[in-house]
Amino acid sequence: MQQTHRKTDPPQRCELLVIGAGMAGMAAALFAARRGIDTILVGESSEIIFASGLMDLMGVHPLAQKRVWHDPWAAIRRLCRDLPAHPYAHIPEAGIRRALETVFSFLESAGLRYFRRPQRNCRVLTALGSEKITYGVPRTMAAGVQVLERKKPCRIVDIQGLKGFSSRLIVRARHRSWPGLDAARIVFPGMQDRTEVYAEQMARALEVPRQREELARVLAPHVKGVAAVGMPAIFGMYHSDAVCRDLEQRLGVPLFEIPTFPPCVPGLRLKEAFERRLPELGVRLITGKRVVSADVSQSNGFAFGVGDDLAVAADAAVLASGRFLGKGLWADRRRVRESLFDLPVCQPDSRRRWHRRTFLDSRGHPLNRAGLEIDARFRPLGTGGRPVHRRLYAAGSILAHQDWMRAKCGSGLSIASAWAAVEAFIRERG
Amino acid sequence: MESPKRIDTQVLVIGGGVTGTGIARDLALRGVDCVLVEKRDINAGASGANHGLLHSGARYVFNDPVSAAECAREGRLLKKLTPQCIEDCGGLFVAVAGDDENYVAEFPRLCANCGIACRPLDVAQAREMEPALSPALIAAYQVEDAAVDPFMLSLENMAHALALGGRLRRHARVAGFEVRAGRVAAVKVRDKRSGTTFTIDADLVINAAGAWAGEVAHLAGIDLPIVFSKGSLLISDHRIAGCVINRLHPSSDADILVPGGSVSIVGTTSIRIDSLDDIRPTIAEMDTIVETAAQMVPELFRTRYIRAYAGVRPLVSIAKKKSDRSVSRNFVLFDHADAGISNFITIAGGKLTTFRKMAQHTADLACRKLGIAASCRTTSQPLPPCSDFEWTAPGQAAKHWMRAHGRGDLMLCECELVPKSVVAGIIQALQQQNDLPDLRSIGMRSRIGKGTCQGAFCGVRIAAYMSDRPDLPAYDGQDDLKRFLQGRWKGIRPVLWQAALAQEELQEAVHCGLFGLEL
Repeated sequence: MQQTHRKTDPPQRCELLVIGAGMAGMAAALFAARRGIDTILVGESSEIIFASGLMDLMGVHPLAQKRVWHDPWAAIRRLCRDLPAHPYAHIPEAGIRRALETVFSFLESAGLRYFRRPQRNCRVLTALGSEKITYGVPRTMAAGVQVLERKKPCRIVDIQGLKGFSSRLIVRARHRSWPGLDAARIVFPGMQDRTEVYAEQMARALEVPRQREELARVLAPHVKGVAAVGMPAIFGMYHSDAVCRDLEQRLGVPLFEIPTFPPCVPGLRLKEAFERRLPELGVRLITGKRVVSADVSQSNGFAFGVGDDLAVAADAAVLASGRFLGKGLWADRRRVRESLFDLPVCQPDSRRRWHRRTFLDSRGHPLNRAGLEIDARFRPLGTGGRPVHRRLYAAGSILAHQDWMRAKCGSGLSIASAWAAVEAFIRERG
Repeated sequence: MESPKRIDTQVLVIGGGVTGTGIARDLALRGVDCVLVEKRDINAGASGANHGLLHSGARYVFNDPVSAAECAREGRLLKKLTPQCIEDCGGLFVAVAGDDENYVAEFPRLCANCGIACRPLDVAQAREMEPALSPALIAAYQVEDAAVDPFMLSLENMAHALALGGRLRRHARVAGFEVRAGRVAAVKVRDKRSGTTFTIDADLVINAAGAWAGEVAHLAGIDLPIVFSKGSLLISDHRIAGCVINRLHPSSDADILVPGGSVSIVGTTSIRIDSLDDIRPTIAEMDTIVETAAQMVPELFRTRYIRAYAGVRPLVSIAKKKSDRSVSRNFVLFDHADAGISNFITIAGGKLTTFRKMAQHTADLACRKLGIAASCRTTSQPLPPCSDFEWTAPGQAAKHWMRAHGRGDLMLCECELVPKSVVAGIIQALQQQNDLPDLRSIGMRSRIGKGTCQGAFCGVRIAAYMSDRPDLPAYDGQDDLKRFLQGRWKGIRPVLWQAALAQEELQEAVHCGLFGLEL
């Protein structure tokens, strides 16, 4: 995607440019900043808001057998043995653990506490009544994990005017396996007159103690006789843990959030947390713009065009631009391309083999595994099988040989590959 | 739901496409008692999987002048009697550099022979009318083509028949005929939803099952010479041209672009198939359509496509001919008295534009056989518009919402602006027909699932809304959503390139990544 630019200012210089503002890009910027690397991150901030807030590590393998793993680490070991080209196979387990814990503690410092168990996945009830397998869940969802495991009596309370979230739908989908689950509906206090209410507005409203008091009053009749109460994810934007605890204290019952249809509040919380805290660590964030051109002709660094008027010069770059939704990949009727550098993309040989005939085929679509091939140091490979550039790295969903949507490994893969890419740069830099 | 074990009627019509519903209305207008059974839903076959083109007839002047003249007459009649289903947008026939100039030169004379209006335009004039046309245009003629909403057409025909006392059973599949003494004595029908079987006693049975007519006749021991020709089409995300644009050459693939409200439809292919199982548009067909049609309208190369679909033309093969394009699009009416069953007839072949005439001929034969003297009224009686079915037209639901100022009315489908009140109305209409509503049947009667998100977002919202309705206590939203998404996939999979891939990735990230519906 070459474009002409009005470069009004001299280029901004940095050691590392991170391309992409999704989970992988944000994590790469965090790891780089923690290691004292002068870092710029460029990306449209819309990318992370589609996140559910759940931190998947590894849940399903092999896909064809729909085998769901309780221990994500055992699943990763098995995966690496079966699929040695999978990006996880290039990262030591200790590295994955360290990368994840670094992100969890960073988020905690931003007020987003995560519940996780060292050797065990969690199951989370979804807005469709299904069970989502994941690793780390926001503290505001933790009570749901516990009641779901034991199928304790539980009530789902939905909100009048909130589209796409029906407690009756959830209860009906689970009526056989979880008879103690039932449904109730409330009107959100202060929004009685509105036809439609929005999760984000309610979340922001609940930052105010007075609103929580009102909500607790409305909820009170619905919390009797159950082990926990589940609601759509609206418990605050910046202090969700405190908001949830305050409501729990007022009501005397554990509460938990259920992620709503994206973009959802827990995704927005992630975006807020990264965007607020990364600059404090020294990362220069350029959000709302994309990297639109890249000059890799100099062996000692890169020159990038950003948006239509900025230029960035960097010694190294991490490409974390995502797949089709993030615009890291792009396809015409013939083939898939990488959007920025036109890197070779490993892909099925014909569009006929991109997708299976059934949407919900558990094996996943072959195109999901298309992407960039890398060496052991997370450098994308050129046509000759050698790294395209000494200091160009790739991380996240753009990597080939993985299907994060089916394997339930999206966040873990993004975070671990971002960590591996940054570590590889540090070694290379010496 | 009340479901009698035995139903008595004068006429049983099998098949709820445009022909079957047209017959039901025609008979009802003559005062004949009639039951229609449909194994899936209204227009589930070829009636719902075509261009939505009301032919001026010019299409057929070269290969099939009889059909051409018939289309011209029927087209004019329908514009008069069913204006609510028709956008009288006009049409063009255009040729581009390299097309057969002899055919171009002959076209006006051939049209005149069939009584078809055809006005030559100069190329600049045509491109001014339709800027999307190729700069390589060498000839253009204006004709009286129009766009028709085939769903509204069939739904309103059926609604009128019902209002006149007709009966309808959807999801009811004919399982067998009891033939005794040269007559169909009873028809066994299986209700696919409940799994129960019931019997229909009819004085006369009309087989209007379209592509499935051979299958139905076979149940009575009759072989019909029907061949299947699959045609696939593509829907663009915006309206590319104001009028219908036809390629001016003998019929071939991908030579017609038809507006459908806020979108355009381009196609078709023509592929002989042997089986009716799993009809779906293929990726190779999409490439053929895009590459061929772009010769006439170049922006079809870059356009974003929303969805593809495929239908099966049931062609009656009277004699073996060279290609399916040249098999007559004329209909054939079989009186199976010839084969020893006196009260069984089949109507086969034909096309959307001539459905009324097919219905008339069929009803005429039926009445003759039953000794009923009533004559056809569909040549003069307008089809009454029915407010239940206006929602298939793009923009209609949004206008309704604007009129009502949206107060208290949630917008459930944001791509096509379908509010809760419209969905509620459709649910109520389905319930009045003793039917359980689901996402598919609501989608067929509205624009739900037809916009950019292809049901990924609105599907969840409507499933949630239906779950909340106290009158649908058995509705399983998760299950229904899965079926709906799988059904939409058939049409989405072949158009996954460019921006459509991003939409698909979001849909998969949500429905598989988050909801785990594949597990």
